[in-house]
Amino acid sequence: MSELHGKPGQGIGARVPRKEDARHLHGRGNFVSDLIFPGQREVVFLRSPIAHGILRGITKPAGFESVVYARADIAGIRNIEAPSTLPTYKLSTQPPLAQGKVRFVGEPVAMVVAKTRAEAEDIAEQIQLDIEELPALVDAHRARLDTDVRVHNEWSDNLFLTLDFDNNFEAESKKATIVVTREINLARQAMVPMEGRAIVAHWDDRAGQLIVYTSTQAPHVIRVGLAQFLGIDEGMIRVISPDVGGGFGLKCVLWPEELCVAWLALTQKKPFRYIEDRREHLTAGANCRQHHYTVTAYADQRGRLLALDAQITIDGGAYSNWPFTIGLEPGQATGNLPGPYEFKGYRCKTYCVATNKPGFLPYRGVARTGVCFAMELIMDAIARAVDRDPYEVRYENLIPPQLMPYNNVSRKHYDSGDYPRALAMVREKLDYDGWLARKAQGEPDGRLIGIGFASYCEQSAHGTSVFASWGLPLIPGYDQATVRTTPDGGLEIRVGVHSHGQGMETTLAQVAHEVVGVPIERIRVVHGDTGITPFSTGTYASRSIVMAGGAVGRACQTLLPRYIHIGAHLLKCKPDDARFEKSEVVGPNGRVSLKEIATAWFLRPERLPVDVDRDGLEATVGYKPTVDTGAFTYASHGAVIAVDPEVGGIEILDYVIVEDCGTMVNPMVVEGQTLGGVAQGIGTAMFEESPYDANGQPLASTFMDYTMPGATEIPAIRIYHTESPSPYTLFGIKGMGEGGAIAPPAVIFNGVNDALKDLGVEVNETPLTPKKLLEAIERARQAHPQRKVA
Amino acid sequence: MKSAKFDYTRPHDVRAAIHALADALGEAKFLAGGQSLGPMLNLRLTRPKLLVDVSRIEALRSIDVVNGSIRIGAAVTHAEIEDAGASLARNAMLPAVAREIAYRTIRNRGTIGGSLAHADPAADWPLALAALDAVIIVNGPAGQRSIPSARFMLAAFTTQLADDEMIEAIIVPELSPSARWGTYKFCKRTGEFPDAAAMAVFDPARRIARVYVGALSGAPVPLDALARGIAQQGAVALTATAVDRAIAMAVPELDAVGRKMHAATTMRAVQQALAS
Repeated sequence: MSELHGKPGQGIGARVPRKEDARHLHGRGNFVSDLIFPGQREVVFLRSPIAHGILRGITKPAGFESVVYARADIAGIRNIEAPSTLPTYKLSTQPPLAQGKVRFVGEPVAMVVAKTRAEAEDIAEQIQLDIEELPALVDAHRARLDTDVRVHNEWSDNLFLTLDFDNNFEAESKKATIVVTREINLARQAMVPMEGRAIVAHWDDRAGQLIVYTSTQAPHVIRVGLAQFLGIDEGMIRVISPDVGGGFGLKCVLWPEELCVAWLALTQKKPFRYIEDRREHLTAGANCRQHHYTVTAYADQRGRLLALDAQITIDGGAYSNWPFTIGLEPGQATGNLPGPYEFKGYRCKTYCVATNKPGFLPYRGVARTGVCFAMELIMDAIARAVDRDPYEVRYENLIPPQLMPYNNVSRKHYDSGDYPRALAMVREKLDYDGWLARKAQGEPDGRLIGIGFASYCEQSAHGTSVFASWGLPLIPGYDQATVRTTPDGGLEIRVGVHSHGQGMETTLAQVAHEVVGVPIERIRVVHGDTGITPFSTGTYASRSIVMAGGAVGRACQTLLPRYIHIGAHLLKCKPDDARFEKSEVVGPNGRVSLKEIATAWFLRPERLPVDVDRDGLEATVGYKPTVDTGAFTYASHGAVIAVDPEVGGIEILDYVIVEDCGTMVNPMVVEGQTLGGVAQGIGTAMFEESPYDANGQPLASTFMDYTMPGATEIPAIRIYHTESPSPYTLFGIKGMGEGGAIAPPAVIFNGVNDALKDLGVEVNETPLTPKKLLEAIERARQAHPQRKVA
Repeated sequence: MKSAKFDYTRPHDVRAAIHALADALGEAKFLAGGQSLGPMLNLRLTRPKLLVDVSRIEALRSIDVVNGSIRIGAAVTHAEIEDAGASLARNAMLPAVAREIAYRTIRNRGTIGGSLAHADPAADWPLALAALDAVIIVNGPAGQRSIPSARFMLAAFTTQLADDEMIEAIIVPELSPSARWGTYKFCKRTGEFPDAAAMAVFDPARRIARVYVGALSGAPVPLDALARGIAQQGAVALTATAVDRAIAMAVPELDAVGRKMHAATTMRAVQQALAS
């Protein structure tokens, strides 16, 4: 798959198999649902059947009053509010169980406890809700202008926030001779990790702690949130995130269900659990991706982009999440739209609108799947307007390597890379010229061939200054890692991030191996438990391998002089005459293993030098990159698409990725992350949609209606790597967890539009279902009857 | 979602199954493979007090060849039909259709009788068995009766089956050695119910020419004139205009896009038959 076969050994760059695979392949993982506590009770949430209404009353079924909870019964829980320092931001107040109003179908209204889930559902369906229905705000454009009907009565309108950005737009746009405008739309979607949300909480009398097992990407952040909204000390809470079956952003925010279940365990001192089912997942949470763009590109006669004007509307749903806030999405959309391109004028107005749908959450690729889709479609539209090859126009607009590091038009600081080279490599690996020739010949089966390209760069591991600019109530700083030497010369690494598919039990061990040389089989990575790991804001924003990896690397480096000092003493030489080499200290007269050094420290201290470092063979060290504006991974994707214009079918005949995430810790993990992301991107492009009717009722509540791509929908993807190390991070590592999910909709749509160019068809709205494609062909046939249309 | 409470019984013969259902006075349902009923139970869209599991009744579990016909027990799974290539040599269309139903995991449990009784408009068996002119044997308190498959399904999720009846078997005629057939369905994704489907059977020795369109809003619809024309004149009768007109006449409620999709699907099914 890769042209790089990985470096030999087990350190940075080695293609070693993942340590975590064995337990998952044998079905021996330990997820929240696998945990059973004696006397455990099941929790079920009764959810609002109405999108928008006044909650007049809740009648509990007779005989079950004590196991049914409404808002008034859980007074100890505070409403969830996520403040932001962004100027126009309005605070939404989300009660853990609805109070006063219901604001989306699926909003928790009551909580029921029973021995089994089925019994709890039996009780829940007998609860009577008295809801006076209000007009539902379903369309973000209408909701933006509506001031009579409001999601949050205390607001003056339905705007979560409005962002205005202008950098030299007027002056630059005046130079243009070509002006191209497009409307571009992305459907609302769900995230659909294999494991949905899951919580089990109990009280531990010995520890005097509330123990909350929850399927989360950010156990420390969830502890902060639980303490804050339950009004108790953080020391009273321990959050453990065991194996997690996919996060994708859903699991980096605090849920009302987490608060409710934790409250039950805290107040009743018994175990309670809630396991989300698929229907709840598809309808009541995890909403994402729904952006609308009006984009106008100003270019010269050759298609060189001079200025860009955009209006972005984001359907934010009913509530802003804690801690990332709804501000993250519009902030990222506004800042990332210009992408990997060099141009000087940019104006963008972004509205984030409250509607009667579940709150918008940050999904893998946060906003960038949308902005890449908009930017790459407009790039192809420019090429069509100037009648040039989209590949050429794109290539000429990319930021050339000699300008790196580059401060772009939206004031992002791109650290390194050769963006045009990645695109040129895609062209070569895809055999673009060969496909153009085949396309010109036509297919014997009547299908139409198109080739699509897309390029993007992906801000990763961005830190304090960036998150502060998005106004968040909780901002990442230094990430810490603890590295402990065990008495037998192994290593134990403790990190506050969480690995749930990223392979960090392996890659963090590889980083430690790179420095210390202990075989990775003897390096254990411990994560996901606030009781035994240092604080971290968690795993999100493609940050963990840079941040936790950097902390692990630095902690290991901190230990080296301590190893050398003891080793030199054992070798009877001066520390200056000894060096550390592959888990041994080597002196002029011999070598001593880490095991012997560790044994001396832990078990035979009489052998230690008198001036030994008293901090011993364990170090907790913090890390953040020297420049915290992010290490930018980048990639170009190219695909060959065959369109069956009679039935509206799309087949991906070939798909090539050239990606550069700086120094790769493990190329196989990079490829795995990329492949999974591309599968999700194909879902966005062709299949996934959470539609709502005019009353705000979700229309896709099971997998019957919510279509996910399966194995047969994912083509054999070819991935190639280049490595442009970041100048700002330890080892030059860049994060890359999200990139795969960013480009596929852009590539596929550009390919389809290329295939259907002669028919005058241009599609620009996800998902591209067969019906939508046939409708577009039909519209073109009516608009251009002279053209030969299938 | 978990199902509402129900009782469960697993009778060992057809008579006991019919009795169990009748005794429940309309509050019971037959359970076969459970591939549609299972989700409906869990979503609480159906709340029977009793499930009568017919999936292990021996008499419903076999495929037999009798007097030029193939008898398939109602509780035979799609996977068993898919794998029964040898015993279905005289009607290779059956395993071919079975092979294309959803996924193997669904085929391992889903049954031919269950599919017919559920009568999803986009399901494969109602369409295939109509095109093959199968006969459906049903049984109930009033005794056994036979219903031609083309008339069995009345509308979406509605059949001629009375509330107290069950499907016992499907009798499919063997095809002549000179018979030709084609099936084509278009699914937006592997394993989904199709957006459009068509099947064609031409068996000159038995004077049979049938083209059926499925995945509509109701039961599959025959395109008899088109089928006759092709039987008489061969491929020259198979023009895009002829197919489009046939679809437009037979299924007038289709919009332009639906008509186009079904026309293409029909064309491909018939082309496949003619090329076989």
